[in-house]
Amino acid sequence: MTATHSNQTQIVADPDVPLVRITREFDAPREKVFRAHTDPELVVQWQGPRGMEARVEHYDCRTGGSYRYVHTQDGEEYGFHGCFHEVRPPEVIIQTFTFEGFPDGVALERLELADLGNGRTRLTATSLVDSFEGRDAFLASGMETGVREGYERLDALLAD
Amino acid sequence: MAADALSRVFSALADPTRRDMVARLAVGDATVNELAAPYDVTLQAVSKHLKVLEDAGLVSRSREAQRRPVHLEAQVFDLMTKWIERYRRQAEERYRRLDDVLAAMPDDVSPTPPRERGTPT
Repeated sequence: MTATHSNQTQIVADPDVPLVRITREFDAPREKVFRAHTDPELVVQWQGPRGMEARVEHYDCRTGGSYRYVHTQDGEEYGFHGCFHEVRPPEVIIQTFTFEGFPDGVALERLELADLGNGRTRLTATSLVDSFEGRDAFLASGMETGVREGYERLDALLAD
Repeated sequence: MAADALSRVFSALADPTRRDMVARLAVGDATVNELAAPYDVTLQAVSKHLKVLEDAGLVSRSREAQRRPVHLEAQVFDLMTKWIERYRRQAEERYRRLDDVLAAMPDDVSPTPPRERGTPT
């Protein structure tokens, strides 16, 4: 059940409800992992996609707070914002997430940190969206050309 | 259109009986009768499930052969698996950066930053 040396990310796309669940273990106590999610100066260091400039407009990570950040790539800006619905250090953050290019779409995200002992933490991140189409677009997102290629290949496969 | 196609694959696999059938077909082609055998359902019900899998492009049925065996389109199945794997790898990259951030942090940090940081300016 427990891998001795590997902290590999695992991902589940639930077939019954439109959600994606990611689990990952860290060699750090959950106070630190929690801080890395709540402190904007730390968040920018790891969260955005690689090769993108991230700028945090505000990041008020407490129950009832909100956030907005902007990713920049090739002069294009992509804004994201949401509300922190519940922030319970050092174990739970529940927040909404919206890509401003599609302002009516909103994902409900839940982050849970479990203390594994020996200074280790298991992170479980769940994203729930309002349709399977939304979830599947989400799964296919951020893959740049890969997505288009993938869709084209799928179209070709399905056309046979 | 393409996004719909992907969604059809996902929702076709949302049903446990259909997932079972796909698992059975991964072993080899089978007739409708063979597919129906393990379940306590009518042939019509099995045909209905097959229609959903067929519409999603996951299975096909040969036109020529008398028995019209059902065939799993493994490429479609693999493509979906690849998509998810790619998403997983992106998350893993992100979390490796988080590993580095955590390693650079002092040991006795509080779980939240000082109040003034992160509030709107």
